[in-house]
Amino acid sequence: MSSAGASTIAVPLYRAAHGRTGDKGNRSNISVIAWHPDLYPVLLAQVTEAAVARHFAHRRPSRVQRYELPLLAALNFVLDDVLDGGVNDALNLDTHGKALSFWLLDLPIQVPVSLVALLAGPEPTDF
Amino acid sequence: MSTTASPSLLIGCAAGFSGDRVDAAGPVVDTLIARGGPAFLIFETLAERTLALAQLRRRADPDAGFEPLLDDLLRPVLARCLQHNIRIVSNFGAANPLAAARHIRKMARELGLPAPRIAVVGGDDLSGAPHRPLLRAQLGAAIDQIQLVSANAYIGAEAIAAALDAGAHIVVAGRVADPSLTVGPAMSHFGWRADDWDRLARATMAGHLLECGAQVCGGYFADPGYKEVPELHAVGYPIAEISGDGHCIIGKAAHTGGLVNLASVKEQLLYEVHDPAAYLTPDVVADISAAQLELLVPDRVALTGVRGHARPASLKVNVCHEGGWLAEGEISYAGPRAEARARLAAEVLRQRLPGLTLRVDLIGALSIMGDDAGSLLAATVAGDARDVRLRVAATHADRAQAERLPREVTALYCCGPAGGGGVRTALTPRLNTLSCLVPREAVPVHFEMLDSLQEVA
Repeated sequence: MSSAGASTIAVPLYRAAHGRTGDKGNRSNISVIAWHPDLYPVLLAQVTEAAVARHFAHRRPSRVQRYELPLLAALNFVLDDVLDGGVNDALNLDTHGKALSFWLLDLPIQVPVSLVALLAGPEPTDF
Repeated sequence: MSTTASPSLLIGCAAGFSGDRVDAAGPVVDTLIARGGPAFLIFETLAERTLALAQLRRRADPDAGFEPLLDDLLRPVLARCLQHNIRIVSNFGAANPLAAARHIRKMARELGLPAPRIAVVGGDDLSGAPHRPLLRAQLGAAIDQIQLVSANAYIGAEAIAAALDAGAHIVVAGRVADPSLTVGPAMSHFGWRADDWDRLARATMAGHLLECGAQVCGGYFADPGYKEVPELHAVGYPIAEISGDGHCIIGKAAHTGGLVNLASVKEQLLYEVHDPAAYLTPDVVADISAAQLELLVPDRVALTGVRGHARPASLKVNVCHEGGWLAEGEISYAGPRAEARARLAAEVLRQRLPGLTLRVDLIGALSIMGDDAGSLLAATVAGDARDVRLRVAATHADRAQAERLPREVTALYCCGPAGGGGVRTALTPRLNTLSCLVPREAVPVHFEMLDSLQEVA
């Protein structure tokens, strides 16, 4: 496990958050929901529109918008034009883009050591 | 457990899409009966593509075009629902709500039940010639250049509520917005006005939590090691307990698997939502930016803090049209250099199929995360995956052109790289979609009681 400094560790986003993808037309939305409210500020600081746009660069989003839901400790991302036309037009097996939440949940983030106890799941061996 | 004097309204959902499990309704109905009090059962069985397919079936047979699984969904619970005054609301009418209603009347007769009052909600279907100028005004000349299959407005809860007010036991609709299946019963039960925005918004979000069936109860949620779901094979379907202010407690059918917790409800609350402050439906603009969830006891989560704003002036219309042909082919490679052989096979197909733009997937190495243009695949260094299924797909307006793809994939048996096996091919007619907004007043929403027509005021 790499470490950017003594006070944080690098983990995949899925240890700090869970989420689900929805689709309407050529637009995908992906929720990113903190496993614990204390992890929400970490998401807020690092899972930015720019970081998400970079992570989905190969899908060429025309716009990435982030909505904040502090009372739910959740973010909602809306990615425009990432579904190759959407459910009836794309050639992908997954025309809905149902799997995209798991692509996002693989995003590397830095979590303060003090919050490590709040992370979900075992440490992955292949990260 | 609530008493029979509970002022709340129970709404159970027994289907979240066309193709959902047909054995879901039983435990939901059992739970509604056991809890007593006013209750509704809803089935949500429509998606963008479902309606167009239903329209095609109706063209072939004027008595078809409703949910093909209607019988399997409803027959097992119809008698108990009618006997216990659990009223039924659904969009399983699809492209032919009238035929669905007649089918249900026949079903009741066959079951030896007294004839139920069945209402048919209509007006959503804008595929007929008289509506063409309306669509042309929004979509322009595009509407004249397509082979139109279906055109449906997403209509709201008012006609459902009016039909229930008029005494319907069963309301059969086509393309009503999914949450409206819940808002209609709540409006009728509590006597809400159609501009009571906060209450309508709260019931809308209750409907939103219900509309995908098991998805709020641990379905489409499990992730081993992270999100464990007990007895997923027997996942239960949801029941919302809606109070007079519109807010709800979401739970699930008794004696079923699955779970309802903060995580499962949050995922469904945000599912297919864009701006949380403006979730647009025909009934209201719902605002969940200040929504809160509380786990009351296991499998019971309360939703509060939802607000509403005036409904949009227009309704969304989806137009489905013929979209040529989808051609697909697959072949597998395994063992040493499997990925290299699959990549070579893709290259062979590209050279053999000029004029078709191929999407290439290497299932087992990189497939659904990629894009149709193949930029992720191109940017990924060839690996040494040892069990790879090559999939190629292309679309073409002309069937003969599309058919070249399955032929060339099949020819890989003798002409492609070594060791390819398990060819499967498919050629499928495509349906593409356009959408637009039309003025609400232009959509002639109404209901009829199977025999007598009544317009919504």
